[in-house]
Amino acid sequence: MPDARNLETEAISGGVHHALKHDSAHKHVTGEAVYVDDIPAPANLLHLAAGQSARAHAKILSMDLSMVRQAPGVVAVLTAEDIPGENDVGPVIHDDPVFAEKVVEFIGQSLFAVAAETREEARRAALLAKIEYEDLEPVLSVGDALAKENFVLPDHVIRRGDSKAALDRSQHRLSGSLQVGGQDHFYLEGMVSLALPAEDGDVQIWCSTQHPSEVQHNVARVLGRPSNAVTVDVRRMGGGFGGKETQSALFAAIAALTAVRTGRPAKFCVDRDDDMIMTGKRHDFRIDYDVGFDDDGRIEAVDFMQASRCGMSADLSGAISDRAMFHADNAYYLNDVTITSHRCKTNTVSNTAFRGFGGPQGMVGIERVIDEVAFALSKDPLEVRKLNLYGGEGRNITPYSMTVEDNVLPEIIEELEASSDYARRRAEIRTFNASSPVMKKGISLTPVKFGISFSTKHLNQAGALIHIYADGSVHLNHGGTEMGQGLYIKVAQIVAEELQIDLERIKISAASTGKVPNTSATAASSGTDLNGKAAQAAARTIRERLVAFAASRYDVKPSEVFFHANKVQIGPQTISFDELIGQAYLARVSLSSTGFYKTPKIFYDRETASGRPFYYFAYGAAVSEVMIDSLTGEHKLLRVDILHDVGRSINPAIDLGQIEGGFIQGYGWLTSEELFWDETGRLRTHAPSTYKIPACSDRPEDFRMKLLESGWNREDVIHRSKAVGEPPLMLAISAFLALSDAVASVADYRIRPDLDAPATPERVLMAVERLRREAAGAEQTEAAQ
Amino acid sequence: MTGTAPASGASGKTDTLRFLLGDEVRELRNIDPTVSVLQYLRETEGRCGTKEGCAEGDCGACSVVIAELDDERKLTYRAVNACIQFLPTLHGKQLITVEDLKPQQHDEVNAQALHPVQQAMVDCHGSQCGFCTPGIVMSLFAMFHDETSAKDRGAINDALAGNLCRCTGYGPIVKAAQRMRSYGAKDQFDARAEVTVETLAGLAGAETLVLKQGARRFFAPTTADQLAGLVIAYPDACILAGGTDVGLWVTKQHQILETVIYTGDVAELHRVEETPDGIRIGAAATYVEAQNVLAREYPDFGELIRRLGSVQIRNSGTIGGNIANASPIGDSAPVLLAAGARLVLRRGGERRELPLDQFFHAYRETDLTSGEFLESILVPRRNPAAKLRCYKITKRFDQDISAICAAFAVELEGGIVKSLRTGFGGMAAIPKRADACEAALTGKAWTRENIEAAMDALDSDFSPMSDMRASRDYRATLARNLLLKFFFETSGAEGETRLVGHKDLAHA
Repeated sequence: MPDARNLETEAISGGVHHALKHDSAHKHVTGEAVYVDDIPAPANLLHLAAGQSARAHAKILSMDLSMVRQAPGVVAVLTAEDIPGENDVGPVIHDDPVFAEKVVEFIGQSLFAVAAETREEARRAALLAKIEYEDLEPVLSVGDALAKENFVLPDHVIRRGDSKAALDRSQHRLSGSLQVGGQDHFYLEGMVSLALPAEDGDVQIWCSTQHPSEVQHNVARVLGRPSNAVTVDVRRMGGGFGGKETQSALFAAIAALTAVRTGRPAKFCVDRDDDMIMTGKRHDFRIDYDVGFDDDGRIEAVDFMQASRCGMSADLSGAISDRAMFHADNAYYLNDVTITSHRCKTNTVSNTAFRGFGGPQGMVGIERVIDEVAFALSKDPLEVRKLNLYGGEGRNITPYSMTVEDNVLPEIIEELEASSDYARRRAEIRTFNASSPVMKKGISLTPVKFGISFSTKHLNQAGALIHIYADGSVHLNHGGTEMGQGLYIKVAQIVAEELQIDLERIKISAASTGKVPNTSATAASSGTDLNGKAAQAAARTIRERLVAFAASRYDVKPSEVFFHANKVQIGPQTISFDELIGQAYLARVSLSSTGFYKTPKIFYDRETASGRPFYYFAYGAAVSEVMIDSLTGEHKLLRVDILHDVGRSINPAIDLGQIEGGFIQGYGWLTSEELFWDETGRLRTHAPSTYKIPACSDRPEDFRMKLLESGWNREDVIHRSKAVGEPPLMLAISAFLALSDAVASVADYRIRPDLDAPATPERVLMAVERLRREAAGAEQTEAAQ
Repeated sequence: MTGTAPASGASGKTDTLRFLLGDEVRELRNIDPTVSVLQYLRETEGRCGTKEGCAEGDCGACSVVIAELDDERKLTYRAVNACIQFLPTLHGKQLITVEDLKPQQHDEVNAQALHPVQQAMVDCHGSQCGFCTPGIVMSLFAMFHDETSAKDRGAINDALAGNLCRCTGYGPIVKAAQRMRSYGAKDQFDARAEVTVETLAGLAGAETLVLKQGARRFFAPTTADQLAGLVIAYPDACILAGGTDVGLWVTKQHQILETVIYTGDVAELHRVEETPDGIRIGAAATYVEAQNVLAREYPDFGELIRRLGSVQIRNSGTIGGNIANASPIGDSAPVLLAAGARLVLRRGGERRELPLDQFFHAYRETDLTSGEFLESILVPRRNPAAKLRCYKITKRFDQDISAICAAFAVELEGGIVKSLRTGFGGMAAIPKRADACEAALTGKAWTRENIEAAMDALDSDFSPMSDMRASRDYRATLARNLLLKFFFETSGAEGETRLVGHKDLAHA
């Protein structure tokens, strides 16, 4: 019988399914983790700032930059004329100029760049430009864009059955409209790029970006050089959340252009206010709905009109608006359905990817509809939710014709409903509200079903590169970027597992376009799914070579070679992993390999608006309980219960971190985070003093989180795990609807609250006041009758 | 230890800024007088652990800790935002950054060991992207050294209110805060405390610090008389107290301040004294220094200060600065108006007293004349028959500027309003009393009916504006509803009226 000590030493430290710490945790807490702005300044470093448009929509009549050039410390001023290649950093359509030339299309658009000896000098000089504009009529709201049919991209429609006819036939029918606000990413580390000129006019860039390959390709285009002239490295970001997918390219391009033009290193470290003014955000949406349903609350037909604010250019708005459509059903079967999407062009900053990528907005729409159906029938919304869930014969096809094969929501909701004591608490809340004149409580349980894969098919690929050095230490590289989500530790765990060596033997290295080419953005929650598989493939290739070598060297069958716990068993004998590596090196075995992965099964046909855009779905559900102050509109989130499916978790500590962080971020989006543009199109909430993300005390005191114990990915995803980056954000819709429930209480649940998002204290109070007025009016009418 | 303590200059001036960076003395001359501590750390010292997140004191990524000696020569540790703290304000103090926390080899047997705060953060998975982490570590470090601080969730929330984290949702960080003391109650700073105290005592004397760079000057007088002389000599100077607003003039508006006179080194202006008539708050007293005394007299004032800014802001910001700055949305003014505070204004050797409600003239215009400065604030003792309540309405409870801030003080006699004083911020271009509302209720019965009439009167008192914090309608509705809330809280109406804070204060 083996003794326990032996067993313990026979496992590697740091394989998969362990709650390991973030690989940089130690460096984070000591301040030793290096972000781009922390890289020791190269000699002669220039600092950059951008001159910005002061108008939302105008012709540029003249641009006098003489004062800028003469300002202290200024070394160079760059405009569109200085761009040797294409004046564009647009990711899909080429409609995002580096520097505006004839027309400006939003306040904050970059017009020129100043390179100076210090950051302060650059920023001060950038304010000295004299620019004459001739104003053009701006389009500043979604409503205005709809009225003027001002779109960045063509409409898209997903349709099944005949929703018009079905609506007319329905027993009950209601319609409404909902505004869903945008959101600033507020990554704690702002945009930053450092560019070093190299020989042959090449350039090396360190950039805070989720998409090094796109930065590389865009910079090359701006410089008029092939992609092999540009190398982009990313060790880590201080947060990304989608904001550093396309939006980093502008600053990298300006830094690279400066480096190439001046022959000096150049750094663009963007001030927080400028970052918030100049970079895109989550799309705000208007969602109109028309729904028909039966006496039980079963939805018979629904029409959605989704209008997204794309801003002045396309950026990723096509795919984002598509994903909003793909999630207009959330977890529910919609029989006759029409989803129409308008991609509105406005004279505001071009909106971009943000955790959930349109999915959250689409989901809020249907969850609001479910609440209204329940409200109209005086039912518990949870009952209506359960009734409409995917499942059963003929009721498991999405509006875009994908079969839902892996639905675990019935199980999740049943468990959560019981563990959260939903029914009892809901009843208690009704009692509390009846006796509490000022404070009112609300509760809601909402599910999430989120499609995993890039809906743009070709992006679902990844590469990795692994070297094993002659001493047995391993160098790991892949196309994924680390923005805090724990991708690097997860991939390292996967490689440790594959090679059966301790995690400490694996050096995690910066993403670099020089090592792994043509990578996709670390986005769409797919980082681990894609890069984990690619790294596993690379490790497996080397392992297979080692097996072949060991079998031949020791004259055993390949099937007699096992890697286990830093050792290799070769037939009857066991040697250390390092020893085998040393021998393999001397025997001239290649100890370096790339790995590649592409997601199977996925496709989407735009013509017919049907296909399988997602490899699988991630599921979860949450219950939120809130209390509002009906005199001020303020609220407190009292308790949250979450049950979430991450398949078989590769790292439960990291996954729980994603769930909690995602929930709180979603909660901020739907409550306190308000983007406010004034009547001229100027963003007035461009700093943490005016833009309020959740603070520590906003986390509910009672927060209960659990991973679904039976979690298992039925598809062959890395170690049967599921993506976790985005889905939990949408669990926060429960908090939004709990607020709506609390508001409804002031009129005894008889009048629709029609609360828009974000549900700021102002929106909550104004809804409360309206309901109280209407309820008083109704009472008077009743009394009169 | 490097450097030596200076002899106290007979001239009464020194041109050398002296402070401790960790354990090392720094002596600097001819520096940019408004260089921020953050810039200095990152650009001059190469200490890049401290991060810039916003450069306006709102995110906390740049949090560092300043240690200094209290009246009993004990070290006190307070977290501040390095991004808006001007370097010369460190004169005579110890600056501690995240790089100082990891125990050095000569202090600990194990050179790899982390500080208890750091270890707790690692073990609880308290970092994700890691960018806010050094600031959070420093805020927790200050909490670790604050023996008086409560240890409950509320205290942790308050300690971290000024540190935004966008990744974790805060749960793991709260857990780290709860656990950190289990890794050891003392650290290397406690072990070195005696040496640090000695060094700090010798760093700065009674001389006025005078730093010059070209035509720019920074004065840090140590007595009110010196201060009074400097303000007369340089009437156009920027008078710097906590710098939580002035810092942004530099980082965001890119202003070049020619002459700065710093009040923070004037010990007598830090004093918060209880007098027979009330409380005298020195104009340089920080919110933290004034909080306990004010909370004893006016419990709800204490609760207001708890929610004002963040620990970092309250450690630097002053009530005097908040008043003299005359911001229409400063939170001190409404409650001081309701409490009937008076100001002591000083010009040279002359002093005059002015009721606060006569101080604000127009947007950012005050009664201060050239060469005059605010020396202290006199807060009357609370009338035992009166009740005072403050309401701060924001999009986020912690560290948010008020959409409106309202304060009410009522004295009832037999159910009749003997006196009512109000104060509103965010409702007009200046902090202002609601005269019509006060008149509508004075001498009337404290009844719902009369309150509703006074709510209508409020509409004639103010015509608020719309901005990103609140619409005109919301502000006007809030003003009315807050009066109603005050009525509920003072008339024994049933039911809860508060979402956060010490809820018993509502019905105290």
